[in-house]
Amino acid sequence: MSQNPSNNAQPTLDRSDERVRHDDSLAAMAKGFVDRVRSGDLGMLPVAVGLVVISIVFSALNPIFLAPNNLVNLLFDCATVGVISLGIVCVLVLGEIDLSVGSMSGLASAMVGVIWVNMGWPVAGAIIAALVVGAGVGLLYATLYNRLGMPSFVATLAGLLALLGLQLYILGPTGSINLPYASPLVRFGQILIMPDWLSYALALVPGLVMIGRGLRTRSQRLSANLSAQPMRALILKAVVLTVALEAAVFYLNLGRGIPWMFALFVALAVILNYALTRTKWGRSMFAVGGNKEAARRSGINVRRIYMSAFMLCSTLAALGGILSASRLASSSQQAGTGDVNLNAIAAAVIGGTSLFGGRGSAYSALLGIIVIQAISNGLTLLNLSSSLRYMITGGVLAIAVIVDSLARRSRVSHGRA
Amino acid sequence: MTATLQNIPAKGETVLRLSGISKNFGAVSALTDIDLDVKAGEVVALVGDNGAGKSTLVKVLAGVHQASSGTIEFCGQQVTLDSPAKALDLGIATVFQDLALCENLDVVANLFLGHEMSPWALDEVAMEVRAWTLLRELAARIPSVREPIASLSGGQRQTVAIARSLLLNPRLIMLDEPTAALGVAQTAEVLNLIERVRDRGLGVIIISHNMEDVRAVADRVVVLRLGRNNGIFTPDASSQELVSAITGATDNSVSRRLDRKAGHVQESTGGAA
Repeated sequence: MSQNPSNNAQPTLDRSDERVRHDDSLAAMAKGFVDRVRSGDLGMLPVAVGLVVISIVFSALNPIFLAPNNLVNLLFDCATVGVISLGIVCVLVLGEIDLSVGSMSGLASAMVGVIWVNMGWPVAGAIIAALVVGAGVGLLYATLYNRLGMPSFVATLAGLLALLGLQLYILGPTGSINLPYASPLVRFGQILIMPDWLSYALALVPGLVMIGRGLRTRSQRLSANLSAQPMRALILKAVVLTVALEAAVFYLNLGRGIPWMFALFVALAVILNYALTRTKWGRSMFAVGGNKEAARRSGINVRRIYMSAFMLCSTLAALGGILSASRLASSSQQAGTGDVNLNAIAAAVIGGTSLFGGRGSAYSALLGIIVIQAISNGLTLLNLSSSLRYMITGGVLAIAVIVDSLARRSRVSHGRA
Repeated sequence: MTATLQNIPAKGETVLRLSGISKNFGAVSALTDIDLDVKAGEVVALVGDNGAGKSTLVKVLAGVHQASSGTIEFCGQQVTLDSPAKALDLGIATVFQDLALCENLDVVANLFLGHEMSPWALDEVAMEVRAWTLLRELAARIPSVREPIASLSGGQRQTVAIARSLLLNPRLIMLDEPTAALGVAQTAEVLNLIERVRDRGLGVIIISHNMEDVRAVADRVVVLRLGRNNGIFTPDASSQELVSAITGATDNSVSRRLDRKAGHVQESTGGAA
């Protein structure tokens, strides 16, 4: 069934050039992967290596690290900063940066406390208000960038201070507001776990979607006289993915199970991935990140692309702040300070989104944040002081950026931009 | 989307009429009072020395720069070209000298950039088929349309840029140095292509330093010098006429060089006798 019907007849449209090697067999695909890594197209390799190293080191130092319930806690923590990191992916793809996501998330968390608990609004109203303010801040950055030519680095650095000031201002002298424990928002951030059967069923979905879409694309391509991915590669990928996911779900279900908050984060990542890879907007994002002037000359409204990215980033940062408020059951002056900013950026970069623009993926936030949170979780388990934790996290961020720069240099020399 | 033009010009009618176009960059006037007509089914070659304003004129027409003064009539209507999107919508396609491709995207993505099929669920298969057909028409030697532009050679990139300009079925196509980076076969293909496009009734503006190419395809040769019109020639004008219009003097470095060569040959033959 894996025989390509047009193999013996005339070559397909995209295979008529004899200079291109076609990786059809499994061995050839493995070789292609090695070639890509060598040329600086690292993909998810740093994440995989990072996770293995982290697991070995931390579980040797403290066996609790790999206990199911610790990993469930890890997923709860991943969701809050991970959502922020999704927004960072959007601005990094454009080659810009938002340094104020930490402050934005802190402000959003403070707004939820003040508006909901102190002013007595319904919780939904408080959440919407925080998200709207997030979108407004993004709009402000985009306007400063588009109309006044202010570098996003400087604009958001100013925003970092200003938003932090606003957070402290609205929290007032008390400095901290406790959210009611029994409320759905706090339960969502601390307790709500998916039923086992649902988590097993959802873990099947990616594999099924992969096969379904793969078969559809395959038949479309073959009928259009284009080459298609070999059947066995498709099935192999789907099977490996499904087995890995089901195993992970099984292990987590030995503990409390999969948090709904993590499911929300994954859902957002899937949506963003679709938007970035399968829509005109996503294509325009990568075009602007790769060559702004070329994108403009192709008729893309570059300003609107910048605006959408900055607004999305700030809104997602606000959402991350709301989630962290629900996770901690409080809005405090500490929310969003410290390492939140850099963790969000480091997660995106470790996952493979380039700081130089034009390269990246929504899944880089998903995988990168797991690495970052695993480090931070492991260090907490070792009872290290925050001074050491900051130094180590700083070192990890530096390594991630070095890997990114080296990979980029290698890509340039291998003609892969 | 103000680009609804009712009257599509028939062959021989004027597609584009520029009158009194000027463009200043600060104190420098790159273009002064340029007049230019392009008819449907006509190839106009724009020639001139470096800094004559050819590329600036093309950028004004592509909507990249805005003219400081003057009027642009396209298909009989006066238009303002205030953005590249506007020019593309009207049907003015451009192959820029720097090609304006996104190196991080693959060939298909670059061809369809800004005009993707089904924007909410990109139809990659249909776009790839269209890309291959278009590249076939240009006899392009692109090994794979799924490789990023960064991995292509200069000539291949140029072909991609030309293919992109044809994608939107424009009324007027402008090519800024289209053959500069091309091999022998590709140059011939591009010249063939220009003739085919002309025969389909499009207006074509071509900028080239290569007089052979210009003579081969142009119906009229418009000379710019220091940002001003400096004569309109037919392609059978002598090389000397063209060169003196381009350089602005009958006694110029090209003619002096030719004279010197001629003199040198005479001397050496005289010495042998």
